[in-house]
Amino acid sequence: MNDKSEREILLSIRDLHIEGFSDEKWNGIVHGVDLDLHKGEVLGLIGESGAGKSTIGLAAMGFTRDGCRIPKGTVVFDGLELMTAGEAKRRELRGSRIAYVAQSAAAAFNPAHKLIDQYSEAPTQHGIMAKSKAEQDAVDLYRRLRLPNPDEIGFRYPHQVSGGQLQRAMTAMAMSCRPDLIIFDEPTTALDVTTQIEVLAAIRDIVEQFDTAAIYITHDLAVVAQMADRIMVLRYGDLVEEADTRKMLSHPEEDYTKTLWAVRSFQKPQKPLAGAGEMPIISVERVTAGYGKSVMVLHDVSFDIHDRRTVAVVGESGSGKSTTARCITGLLPPIEGRILHNGNELPADFRKRSKDQLRQIQMIYQMPDTALNPRQRVRDVIGRPLDFYLGIRGKEKEKRIHALLEQIELEPSQFIDRYPGELSGGQKQRICIARALGAEPQFIICDEVTSALDQIVAEGILKLLFRLQEELKLAYMFITHDLATVRAISDEVVVMLEGRVVEAGPKDVMFTPPHHDYTDLLLSSVPEMDPDWLSDLLEARKGKSMAPAGN
Amino acid sequence: MWPILRMVIQRLGLGLLTLFVVSVIIFSSVEFLPGDLAQEILGQAATPETVAAFRKELGLDRPPVERYFTWLGNVAQGDFGKSLANNREISELIGQRLLNTLFLAGFAATIAVPLAITLGVLAALYRNTLFDRMINVFTLTSISFPEFFVAYILILFFAVNWGLFPSISNIGPETSFWDKVYRTMLPAITLTLVVVAHMMRMTRAAIINLLASPYIEMARLKGIKPGRVIVKHALPNALAPIINVVAINLAYLVVGVVVVEVVFVYPGLGQLLVDSVSKRDITVVQASSLVFAATYILLNLTADVLSILTNPRLLHPR
Repeated sequence: MNDKSEREILLSIRDLHIEGFSDEKWNGIVHGVDLDLHKGEVLGLIGESGAGKSTIGLAAMGFTRDGCRIPKGTVVFDGLELMTAGEAKRRELRGSRIAYVAQSAAAAFNPAHKLIDQYSEAPTQHGIMAKSKAEQDAVDLYRRLRLPNPDEIGFRYPHQVSGGQLQRAMTAMAMSCRPDLIIFDEPTTALDVTTQIEVLAAIRDIVEQFDTAAIYITHDLAVVAQMADRIMVLRYGDLVEEADTRKMLSHPEEDYTKTLWAVRSFQKPQKPLAGAGEMPIISVERVTAGYGKSVMVLHDVSFDIHDRRTVAVVGESGSGKSTTARCITGLLPPIEGRILHNGNELPADFRKRSKDQLRQIQMIYQMPDTALNPRQRVRDVIGRPLDFYLGIRGKEKEKRIHALLEQIELEPSQFIDRYPGELSGGQKQRICIARALGAEPQFIICDEVTSALDQIVAEGILKLLFRLQEELKLAYMFITHDLATVRAISDEVVVMLEGRVVEAGPKDVMFTPPHHDYTDLLLSSVPEMDPDWLSDLLEARKGKSMAPAGN
Repeated sequence: MWPILRMVIQRLGLGLLTLFVVSVIIFSSVEFLPGDLAQEILGQAATPETVAAFRKELGLDRPPVERYFTWLGNVAQGDFGKSLANNREISELIGQRLLNTLFLAGFAATIAVPLAITLGVLAALYRNTLFDRMINVFTLTSISFPEFFVAYILILFFAVNWGLFPSISNIGPETSFWDKVYRTMLPAITLTLVVVAHMMRMTRAAIINLLASPYIEMARLKGIKPGRVIVKHALPNALAPIINVVAINLAYLVVGVVVVEVVFVYPGLGQLLVDSVSKRDITVVQASSLVFAATYILLNLTADVLSILTNPRLLHPR
């Protein structure tokens, strides 16, 4: 596999230092990283957020974001030193010989222009080909990347195309000038597992076909294992370890690398199904709901959540997971069907529910950044439900806030007066958990609570949630698209597709074949650490016509 | 396309409603003016009988609500009534004046809008440089002076000292187009100086606001030149706020020209309004106020619709 290392060196970075300006001074982000990339080689950069992966990726194009600078180091691309070459020279290379694929294609495509116009911009502006030629070329690449309706899709605006298709269109755009190097910055992180496979396969094919070198940035080891010839592990702006992919997977040397590898080890013991006579805490009964009158998002959805159980609701984006949560909380009154709480029907609209009914159902959200008011101190955030639901004030409230902070494993004296801006992502999510606990609920809805967090931090949150469940006898509804999380924390699993429940049951049953077709597609799409996994899977799926859902 | 049509109709309906409310306000505020209208017009010497007869002729003896609806009904049919001062048809009186005002506003806008947007784009492109600061200082200075002051300074240099343009913008229906342009040059420049700063600063701010977006970074990473990044990638997405601020300024050009028209003795609607107020020609005041209000509402409505149309999500639904 690694005969590419015999080839000529395309990119060579030496002693790269990058600094960012914050708190009135320059702080180091990357501290002296060396990197070599051969022609046609794919290098994986992995690490948690803050490791400096994206910053290094951009530096390979001689680019720094506003507020960053490169005080020291050299970046030599095909014999040209980018740091000293001057902006005009660097701009000539960007888009034509080094291209970039961003994490969120939805944000990185300009909403005001058609895809094909954005495709042909780089070739025409760099004077490589005329617009008509570039457009023909675009259609050809769209076809190679297996986009549906390659002849027409380019004439759509970004918002008219689904996420997975946009990501492929962006890869096509990066290819427009047939660059020697492409920087892929977490290109599949925002996608569903089933869509991710399509994009990964497309990227791998096209990079091989055109013999393009690539730097593949991701935090997902299983993904990088499929894509890269060689892997570099980064942490806090330093190189931890570098090796060929197979060697890195089988024999990681550094302790940090090993913890990354082992992160998915947490698994809570599964509880048995509740007895037939037991009253569920929450019953969703034949709920049909939608936004507006004509488009239904949920069709006849039913499931129960029992005392001290975790029910994981899984499915792709758009499958109706969050809408179900909105029905349970009363934010979206269902059109048909009802929500029962301990056997009693809850008013469909949250405005008609009593304070006590509201208190019993709490939520934790995906983005702790936006779920916390940046102008409120931790004390106010956690104190609010105590005051609002339970009428606790003064000394007693102070005592409860301290107790809650201890419960979420944050030192009260240190954190009680902080603003959300002074907390890390994991700490913010813990504050959100404390806020939910403050209401002393029986039941908490966790909406993708770990998907915005790094794996190690996410594991900490899952462990905390499990501990709290045991201590406080909570029931959870866990909305996620991440099957590893499901495996770690759930007792029962509900699989949703296009607003319907396609399969439901205890976790062990759900994870052992035979599965429903869709569950099978979902499960088999979760990348594994085996570098041959993607090839094997694509081989296995060939013949079987698996229509990707949601596109 | 039909959701857009529905939105336009909705907005139009709202505009009409606003106009109705405004007409009530105009009518009642005139109604609450102290003193008796007939007495004021006829003067102290008039006998009570003549006053009563005049009141009857004006219809002032009828209850206000009834008069309001008669007035509104007539206005809806394009009949604004007659001037109290000289008994001429108001629609005739206002018609030519309104055209003059619109001509001046249009002329000023033709200079001001492209100038402001170009300066805004340039200021965004060369942000935080000397050029950027100079433009800011210059436009802010010009907006900070009162209009009449700017007008007199211009007259001093362009009319008195250099004799380039006339200081009095005297035009009539038979004046030719280029002659009109020549004669209204100074008021147009005055208005331009007054409105350009606001639009230019908004353009600059709206563009700079977008420069941190991922698609701008993407454009830069595609090796696109900075000027093209701004014009092609940032500007189309910044149009909504720019259109709104342009509309407000256009409305100002029509409605707020009173001072400038007086300084340059320009036969526009503002001039007429001032004259009518001093003559207590109430029917004309009502009519001109209503025309001003309608202009304002219509321009804002156009801005709303246009800024929604610049959103590709609405223009090209899935």
